Amino acid sequence: MTILNIQNLSKYFGGLSALADVNLVIASGELVGLIGPNGAGKTTVFNLITGVYQPDQGHIMFDDKPLEGLLPHKICQRGVARTFQNIRLFKDLTVLDNVKIALHKDVSYQLYAAILRLPTFVRGEASIEKEALHYLRIFGLEDKQEEIASSLPYGEQRRLEIARALATRPRLLILDEPAAGMNPQETQDLMELIRWIRKEFDLTILLIEHDMSLVMGVCERIYVLDYGQIIAQGVPEEIRNNPRVIEAYLGEEVS
Amino acid sequence: MPSSKRQWLWFLINIVILAGIFTLVQYMIATRMLNQYYQINLASMCINIILAVSLNLINGFTGQLSLGHAGFMAVGAYVAAVCTKSMDLSFIPAIIAGSLAAALAGLIIGVPTLRLRGDYLAIATLGFGEIIRVILQNIEEVGGPAGIVGIERLTTWPYLFLATVITIIVIQNLINSSYGRAIISVREDEVAAEMMGVNTTWYKVMAFMIGAGFAGLAGALFAHYFYIIKPDTFNFLKSFDILVMVVLGGLGSTTGAILAAIFITVLTAYLQAFPAIRMIIYAMILILVMIYRPQGLLGNKELTRKTFSRFWGGSA
Amino acid sequence: MVEFLQQMVNGLSLGAIYALIALGYTMVYGIILLINFAHGDIMMVGAYVGFFSITMLGSNVFVALLFAMLACAALGVLIEKIAYKPLRNSTRLAALITAIGASLFLEYVTIFFLTPQQRVFPAEAFPMHQYQIMGLYISNKDIFIVVLAVILMIMLQYIVKRTRAGKAMRAVSLDREAAMLMGISVDKTISFTFALGSALAAAAGVLIGLYYGTINPLMGIIPGLKAFVAAVLGGIGIIPGAMVGGFLMGILETMVSGYGSSMYRDAVAFGVLILILLIKPTGIFGRNDSEKV
Repeated sequence: MTILNIQNLSKYFGGLSALADVNLVIASGELVGLIGPNGAGKTTVFNLITGVYQPDQGHIMFDDKPLEGLLPHKICQRGVARTFQNIRLFKDLTVLDNVKIALHKDVSYQLYAAILRLPTFVRGEASIEKEALHYLRIFGLEDKQEEIASSLPYGEQRRLEIARALATRPRLLILDEPAAGMNPQETQDLMELIRWIRKEFDLTILLIEHDMSLVMGVCERIYVLDYGQIIAQGVPEEIRNNPRVIEAYLGEEVS
Repeated sequence: MPSSKRQWLWFLINIVILAGIFTLVQYMIATRMLNQYYQINLASMCINIILAVSLNLINGFTGQLSLGHAGFMAVGAYVAAVCTKSMDLSFIPAIIAGSLAAALAGLIIGVPTLRLRGDYLAIATLGFGEIIRVILQNIEEVGGPAGIVGIERLTTWPYLFLATVITIIVIQNLINSSYGRAIISVREDEVAAEMMGVNTTWYKVMAFMIGAGFAGLAGALFAHYFYIIKPDTFNFLKSFDILVMVVLGGLGSTTGAILAAIFITVLTAYLQAFPAIRMIIYAMILILVMIYRPQGLLGNKELTRKTFSRFWGGSA
Repeated sequence: MVEFLQQMVNGLSLGAIYALIALGYTMVYGIILLINFAHGDIMMVGAYVGFFSITMLGSNVFVALLFAMLACAALGVLIEKIAYKPLRNSTRLAALITAIGASLFLEYVTIFFLTPQQRVFPAEAFPMHQYQIMGLYISNKDIFIVVLAVILMIMLQYIVKRTRAGKAMRAVSLDREAAMLMGISVDKTISFTFALGSALAAAAGVLIGLYYGTINPLMGIIPGLKAFVAAVLGGIGIIPGAMVGGFLMGILETMVSGYGSSMYRDAVAFGVLILILLIKPTGIFGRNDSEKV
């Protein structure tokens, strides 16, 4: 069953074409990679899916319903969550509060209950806390729940960002260069984690990555974007031997 | 989770402390230990606390710099004054009407302007605050530039005390809830908050409305304490006054805002005869705090968190 | 029709003054992204320097203008060094609050030393003549204001476009880091920008003294805000935008007080501001840039 269906997607910035006629289809439960040289338009695709930008042409269907025209928070409520290339945590808040904010969209009590401290508020807060801790435990951050997010080491900030995205209970998780800035060991651990998340949460995952070992190692299918166009797609083996891809990456290693 | 028994204990202790403060002051007023001068400053102090705590919700917690708080205060003051003076309403409905009118003004102004960011928003709110003042100046029914005179003094210590406590409790309980976290996430990173499913526009408008509503409450109390209101009382210098309190106390700290409001009230009382010096000190506070301690005296921390947060109900 | 043209003429000189002030806002915003709230108050100081050089030193209007411009250039640089420079890397909110502080400081230090009372700008410094041309009343004061403002704007354009310092200004406002790597002294360039903007504000201050005939320590607030609106109207950070915006604001204001109620004169400026911010926040000459994610 198709979960994400992008048809003829185009986006212009000041007359320059950033994306032209991009088609991308993801089936439910797949783990798909989107690769391409710098400036190819990968993050633009993500920004269009999550509603940061509006497409100039084309459609983005999620569960057979269009996402265009929706505000990002509506898209999140539909079941799409993401992380950012340059980590956007709520820096001055605690690790626990970062995750709790992601749980807000399903808050069980009303505003007046919070102001009057009614029993529904007390129960609601208890369940939010329990659930937030559950996500922190999965990512090994439980001991750091009271720490300020910006004080975490880089790798843990990346993990917290994924935990926060998962807490919105998405069906499609979009990861923007999750391994950026990680050493090979951390990247290895991350690969394990991504595989495990998909299985455990029964998710579909789309990821952008520069680290080829990660993409080739973890993704089942890969799309290659160059100059705003999809130039190839297929299983990792096909992509590795595709002459157009090698050309696009000339000078960069594809292995 | 702290045991609910302990929570109840703290709750009771706080009730006792508040009741103690209330009774003590009431007794001092009744026995004339507090003369007129102190009573006036006490009223100003309560009104300033309400203003500072409510502006802090907008500027400190939501991170949206508003420079039009005096405008909302004006709406509350005028509406409440008209209610008691011309419509013969009693005080409590008048206060409520004033607060609701100010909240409505907050909604009307917030919806279009809160799309703007940072300094643009600051200027737009400053502009709206001034527009409210100019409009009041041009309505002859409320006295034009001369304002409304001869408002009955209905604001008494019990009203002031209750209004201040309610303001603080409502805003603290809001902030220490999931809704409050959503509001704070807007300040921290609007784009990320939106991506996490937070309707950032709505929460900005909501915080703005609630903040404006309490400014209206402060205005209603003000009008019924000082007999007289005129548009010029609520110009943008008044908005800056409130801003100084919030900045000094720490953007995002309710206790900071309360302490700063008390400090500024005392300072104003001492420098009554030298208004220029008072304003020079304000200016120095703004500049020096921003340069040496941009997070304000308390930053975003709350004072005596352990004791207070139990009563205000925060889950610390 | 004559009535309309008369209002245009009246608006032109006011607009010229707004344009001069707006230029300072726009240059400073262009280079450090700060709304310099104290800018209107620098104009006020300029008006006072002009006032005292005429009344106490007996100088003519041109010498008074020169004194005012030099004094305010120095004042502008000083404010930047003391209040804004330490905040260059902190949030824009912090810088804006500091600017509000600087504004209050200038206003109330002036009140402290010179009392809040209004002073009459010496009329004998500039004897009035009224001319009637094709049914329009035009005074030599109006002509002087507009001509002087235009000369100053041409000089500014020359400095920004043709001199090394001007090139440095444009470079720093485009990309501070890159400019620094090219060997441009960012500190000096920012100081230079404040000096230029403040000098223009000082000239506007003296002209406002001539235009309204009185000065007081809080005179900078409202024209300052209106000039800011003018800068936003033209597109903040864009020098020709500030000029056009200034003239538009001046004309609009005289039209409103001429045809409507002068009580609403000040509200109109803010109304315009809010409309632009909602319709096209980047102003008439601005381009649209959306935030990068």
